Amino acid sequence: MSGLLGRLPGGLGTAGGAPRLTRWSTPVLVAVAVVITFAITSGPILLAGANPFAAYGEFLLVPLTSRFTILEVLVAATPILFTGAAVAIAFRAGYWNIGAEGQLLLGAIAAAGIGAAAGGLPPFVVLPAMVVAGALAGAAWAFVPAFLRVRFGIDEVVTTLLLNPVALLVVNGLLHGPWRDPVTGFPESPRIVAAAEFPTLLERSRLHLGFVLAVVVVAVAWYVIARTPTGLRLRAAGLSPHGARFAGIDVSRTLLGAALVSGAIAGLAGVSEVAGIQFRLTSGLSPGYGYTGIVVATLGSLSMPGVGLAALFLGDLAVGASSAARALGIPSQLGAVVQGVLLLTTIGLIALRRWRGGAAVRQRRDAASATTPTEGDR
Amino acid sequence: MTDDLRVTAAEPAGPDTVLELRGITKRFGDLVANDGIDFDVGRGEIHALLGENGAGKTTVMRIAYGLNRADAGEIRVEGRPVEMRSPRDAIEAGVGMVTQHFSLVRPMTVAENLALGRSGGFRLDLDAARRAVADASARFGIRVAADAVVGDLSVGEQQRVEILKALARDCRVLILDEPTAVLVPQEVDALFATLRRLVGEGLGVVFISHKLGEVRAISDRVSVLRRGRMIGTVPGTTEERELARMMVGRPTFGVERAGSGAGADAARVLEIRDLRALGPQGVAAVDGLSLSVAAGEVLGVAGVSGNGQTELVDVLAGMRVPVSGSVQVDGTEIAGLPPARVMAAGVGRIPEDRHASLIPDLSVAYNLVLERLADFRVSGRLDERAIRAHADELIERFSIKARPDDRVGSLSGGNIQKVLLARVLARDPRVIVVSQPTRGLDVGATEYVRAQLLERRAAGAAILLVSEDLDELLELADRLVVIYEGRIVGEMAVDDADPERLGMLMAGREAAA
Repeated sequence: MSGLLGRLPGGLGTAGGAPRLTRWSTPVLVAVAVVITFAITSGPILLAGANPFAAYGEFLLVPLTSRFTILEVLVAATPILFTGAAVAIAFRAGYWNIGAEGQLLLGAIAAAGIGAAAGGLPPFVVLPAMVVAGALAGAAWAFVPAFLRVRFGIDEVVTTLLLNPVALLVVNGLLHGPWRDPVTGFPESPRIVAAAEFPTLLERSRLHLGFVLAVVVVAVAWYVIARTPTGLRLRAAGLSPHGARFAGIDVSRTLLGAALVSGAIAGLAGVSEVAGIQFRLTSGLSPGYGYTGIVVATLGSLSMPGVGLAALFLGDLAVGASSAARALGIPSQLGAVVQGVLLLTTIGLIALRRWRGGAAVRQRRDAASATTPTEGDR
Repeated sequence: MTDDLRVTAAEPAGPDTVLELRGITKRFGDLVANDGIDFDVGRGEIHALLGENGAGKTTVMRIAYGLNRADAGEIRVEGRPVEMRSPRDAIEAGVGMVTQHFSLVRPMTVAENLALGRSGGFRLDLDAARRAVADASARFGIRVAADAVVGDLSVGEQQRVEILKALARDCRVLILDEPTAVLVPQEVDALFATLRRLVGEGLGVVFISHKLGEVRAISDRVSVLRRGRMIGTVPGTTEERELARMMVGRPTFGVERAGSGAGADAARVLEIRDLRALGPQGVAAVDGLSLSVAAGEVLGVAGVSGNGQTELVDVLAGMRVPVSGSVQVDGTEIAGLPPARVMAAGVGRIPEDRHASLIPDLSVAYNLVLERLADFRVSGRLDERAIRAHADELIERFSIKARPDDRVGSLSGGNIQKVLLARVLARDPRVIVVSQPTRGLDVGATEYVRAQLLERRAAGAAILLVSEDLDELLELADRLVVIYEGRIVGEMAVDDADPERLGMLMAGREAAA
């Protein structure tokens, strides 16, 4: 995984800098990936006994045809907006945070703990406390691998990934221990108090404050990366750690900062799901939102506008998959299949683009490695 | 390939010449790396290929091994023309090469690596590989433990494994690219003993080197390359002086230049005392180096690459923490400080790897301000207008052929170097550390860069110029020092420099003169 991801920034991570995608621009690439994905997944859909075109209609178009389902798309996009932004920020800095899932869970734990214990306090105290605590919890979970990386050079792909199941164990430990529901005995934390619930934004909808928060996070992240010296340092560190260090940028600090912010934002995804949707901690709180964040960040070419579009697209797909399940009687897991194939196709196309676009580069590298002075004609 | 994994110097079937290159020409862009090179090696012969870095030695042998393709020329193995499209063709034809960078699987054992080296077959025949190691030990004195893990071996032992690999593939010519560069003296002796036994069995050996002593010690014949041209082939007994002269040539002296900017009493701006720093292998690459540069002076550091220049420049650039020693700029100690502090002390840095010193994927404008982002900030934002104005100004002043928004990586080598130069010189550094400033640049860009450096010298900057290009050193420097194995082994005023003495010093031979 690290090898694959390690190749991404060259292919993707340059949005926001000067354009380098000379062969195919990223939107075209994603569109091609979507078409290929549909071609591939029509097989399983046929096997499930449905017409692929009807299925894709259900997947993509039907969710956009009613007020309720449109708002549900936004609800589904909310957690992956957070995790997509979290992953994209880290990846842009050259820090391969695969641990958004665990960081999300820690944020959820913090939110559920505060939310259940906050009886009697007004929302304007409880909600900020949950948000701050969730962000800190996510950042804390992200700190250990980030510290190991910048101090000892330990590969964060492995450590962040391996901390995800550990976080789930912490969740299950709490749910089967101190937080077990005293009445039903179910492994669910106590329901959070009413003051700790994110208010809904519209009548007859589950769309909640978390969506606004997610949009704000994505917008702020975009501004910081694209418009501030900090963002330029982060981009520089991600594009060329050596060159950035040479220019006087403290690359270790930049990586550490990006990792902590990434963890904090992933933690917010957990807060948002607890306070806006589930109102308690359960072991099934996240069906892999942290991993989906990697898909979102990749499809969105690590740019914040791209993350927004990709999250909406995958939200659409998620809502569509369940409606397709009802309407066509196909397994709702096909949504996940489509999502997975889409990710693989996208990465495959990125690799292909690098390979084809890389012919000239290879030739130069060839020349450069021949120990002769060869840089003249670049 | 026979079924059995043999380590052998097979009997060449044909005439005495095993490998023959005719008219090999290779261009990289405008640069002619090899210009119609003829070369041959016979069976039972060690033929050295001598030349400075960049002379084209490695390139021509990479072509012989299929790693590069020639633009023109012919390769014959035992009289038969062979087209070398890849190392596979070379191996099939009986050509083996040990490159400077080993291609071994470090977590695996020696035997496993050897078994992998065989083409074809799915089964790993480890016993055969072990027998091969034992056989090689007995016949050629190549001593390696078959079951040792390669990653645990010393570099010298790893090199032996590479040689074994080549032998196991039935090679009849073995090309060794700077094989002694990574060895300690005792290992060099062992390698030479092995090579003598290999040629005793009829193998032909091509020995690439720039070290005169070694070349004379081991070779039957020596061919000298200079700037992509074959200068001549002489017997291995040729005098070192003669070899040095062939290798270095007779640089043209006396390019007109303003008189020295530094008087004898000019203040020493850069002082390096007893500096020690480790290289990539963890060995001392800079080993007790001392020098000083005065205001208005260009000090040229001559030497064959790999003698500690890179590490010296890294330390001065703040990119490498030295083990010990002192580096002072106007009395301020900067050794071991990070790049930002080094820059603040007044050091401008232009290392040899200009791509790695910039961010190729960022724009020219951003690269030009990256060292001083704090100066281009308004209320927390990047001051895009000032950044662009700054870029426009420097593009104009340094005649960079680029627009501010162009990606640096898309520029030509000359313009990339100008971007780096502009970023450095715009800050008016007291000390300029510059390495290979014109390598790979065309004539125009070369002249421009040199003129800019001389202008700084006139303005009173202390310039440390590391270069492998003797012409460049003689044109720009006031004083020359020669670096060899991490130490300064000689010093001379540029007017007293003569190529023979320089060549001897650079090759690690104390000059008598």
